[in-house]
Amino acid sequence: MTNTKTVLPTEHCETCPAFTQLEQMGIKVGDFDRVIALAGNPNTGKSTLFNALTGLKQHTGNWPGKTVTRAEGGFEFNKIRYKLVDLPGTYSLLSASQDEEVARDFILFGQPSCTIVVTDATSLERNLNLVMQVMEITEHVVVAVNLMDEAKRKGLEVDARSLSRDLGIPAIPITARTGDGIHTLLGAVADVIEGTIEIKPLRINGTPEFQKAVNELVPMIEQVAPGIPNARWLAIRLLDGDARVQNALTSGELADIVSRQQRVDIQFSKKMSVEGRQ
Amino acid sequence: MSAELQSKDILAKAEALRNSLSSGFRDEIVKSLYTEAEHIAKRAVKTAAEKRYDLDQKIDRLVTSPWTGLPIMLLLLTVIIWLTVSGANVVSGWIAVVLFGIGDYGRALFNQIGMPWWITGFIWDGVYLGLAWVVSVMLPPMMIFFPAFTFMEDLGYLPRVAFNLDWLFKKSGAHGKQSLTMAMGFGCNAAGVIATRVIDSPRERLIAILTNNFVPCNGRFPTLIMLATVFVAAAFPPALTSFIAAGTVVGVVLIGVFFTFLASWILSKTLLKGEASAFTLELPPYRRPNVSRILYTSIIDRTIFVLWRAMQTAAPAGAIIWIMANVSIGDSNLARATADWLNPFGLLLGLDGVILLAYIIAIPANEIVVPTMMMVYMGAGMMINGPTSNNEIFDLLVNGNGWTMLTAVNLMLFALLHNPCATTIMTIYKETKSYKWATLSVVMTLGTAFVVTFLTASFARLMGWA
Repeated sequence: MTNTKTVLPTEHCETCPAFTQLEQMGIKVGDFDRVIALAGNPNTGKSTLFNALTGLKQHTGNWPGKTVTRAEGGFEFNKIRYKLVDLPGTYSLLSASQDEEVARDFILFGQPSCTIVVTDATSLERNLNLVMQVMEITEHVVVAVNLMDEAKRKGLEVDARSLSRDLGIPAIPITARTGDGIHTLLGAVADVIEGTIEIKPLRINGTPEFQKAVNELVPMIEQVAPGIPNARWLAIRLLDGDARVQNALTSGELADIVSRQQRVDIQFSKKMSVEGRQ
Repeated sequence: MSAELQSKDILAKAEALRNSLSSGFRDEIVKSLYTEAEHIAKRAVKTAAEKRYDLDQKIDRLVTSPWTGLPIMLLLLTVIIWLTVSGANVVSGWIAVVLFGIGDYGRALFNQIGMPWWITGFIWDGVYLGLAWVVSVMLPPMMIFFPAFTFMEDLGYLPRVAFNLDWLFKKSGAHGKQSLTMAMGFGCNAAGVIATRVIDSPRERLIAILTNNFVPCNGRFPTLIMLATVFVAAAFPPALTSFIAAGTVVGVVLIGVFFTFLASWILSKTLLKGEASAFTLELPPYRRPNVSRILYTSIIDRTIFVLWRAMQTAAPAGAIIWIMANVSIGDSNLARATADWLNPFGLLLGLDGVILLAYIIAIPANEIVVPTMMMVYMGAGMMINGPTSNNEIFDLLVNGNGWTMLTAVNLMLFALLHNPCATTIMTIYKETKSYKWATLSVVMTLGTAFVVTFLTASFARLMGWA
């Protein structure tokens, strides 16, 4: 018998001061301060991390495509209450399968305070494609490099610092199954939301003419939806002829998001509304 | 108003800009994204110098090979079912002794304190007996089957099953991922129907939904296991009983899988015409299953959940049967009279009226078919105590109610093929948002069950076997 019935806390955690910082709140998510989205490729352990954080027992299984709708749960960390949304596993956010749409719509229209992209340390290259696509939509991204135990078993050495440096956002090595690294991860999430660490998300610019086209559209979008945080991504999607985004623009959904987001900003972090939205 | 005008402007501008760009600009972006990801990953990951021994790959070569893949799959299924059959048999007996003992005690107590006969009867011979039957028949196989199934799932074996069966599904015009949803159906058909969300193509998803019921869920396994043990295996020496019973159940499961393919094929050639779409299925690494989590998931999420649902329907079903058995119509009672009325049709299918009555009462949950059936038989035979051993069940059914091997075989086939339970039908409606498909799922399965049992019964009678 292993002692990981609830995955967290392990015995070591109980003696650690950080232990008191995390409180699993299960499905009590009516009252929360911040929303965190969990994205990632299929079968990278999103549900395991979700269960470790919320104390819920969402069914986990070793096969891709298990989470087909989003699950929600709550936890408290450093006296701040978080709502955690577990998104379906996807390889990209570009094509329009049902899973990818659920994931993309939430990151874009749900406007989470931060998105954790769970990656598989044993196949980072493929996982990074999704990370970079999420980074196109939102700046508030933290990469959780999961399955570090498996990577070690396979003789892989993953340097999370190098990843962090290249991506311009925090990359935290974790093992969700045992709870290793989870506190560091939550710390990084809080830092990103509060703006206490500097983030410089890597962006793919494309050809100069494409860049020029994007730059022409961005001010127009910002005019229609002032304060929209991801005008650049929207411009790219519009250039691509994305029907969902076109729809959101004409129906006024984008403008709604902005006003909702501004209310959230005032409520939680004055700092953010001053720095992050101009 | 002005905002709307502007958003139209933006769309027009985007359109114009898109046309001005060179046609390959999307591919360019995707390509540079992939190149960048490759560079970053290369910088961050170092592979240890020594050549690693890749056990995963060696195992995969064995379990997904065209030659050994399917036999290994069958072997694993047989082992799991054998464990379930042989283990459940023992525990079922104990639980039956205890629960029926409590029933006797309760009945005696009520008689002693002078309760009216109908209260005693309603509570102990109706509601309680229904519950006791469900728990003693269902709990033991579930407690073994669910952890075993969850273990295989946690290990990462399910995607390999999908891999092995892909070509068969493709030939049937269905999606390869249907094998995953089919596997979930072994646990619960409603869960299997929900799991079809992993299939992107609506056509293939509908096929997966409509055919999911052809694999027996855990509510139906106990019925199959009991019949296989009591009837089929009884004809063999005791030492072989559990193997024969397990083999029989595996056979029934394979018949179900066969009907899944057949129905998928027919659907994809008629109502849901189309080609099977290609998909990529990642074979995840084998992972060391987490024992405590397996126990938690299988005991709490699955066993208790399914059992609780069964108990919720068993209690009212027990009450209904008791009332039906105690409302007299002339010399007979309502239960008997209904069963007699259904009997000719039942016999046509190689079953009998009581079995059909049990199926009608058990529409909310298939789990309670056997208990319901037993209660009607016992109510008719004025037998108060529940039988606590296989011999007693055999005696009650064969000598008391004229069962033959044909009855047992056809009941297994009927249990396998008949309509989905109410929960599954509701789930199908919710997932398809269509009365048409929900109705079709019932008509299709029930029709298959009628046709198949009628054919086997006629054939057996023609050959003089029954």
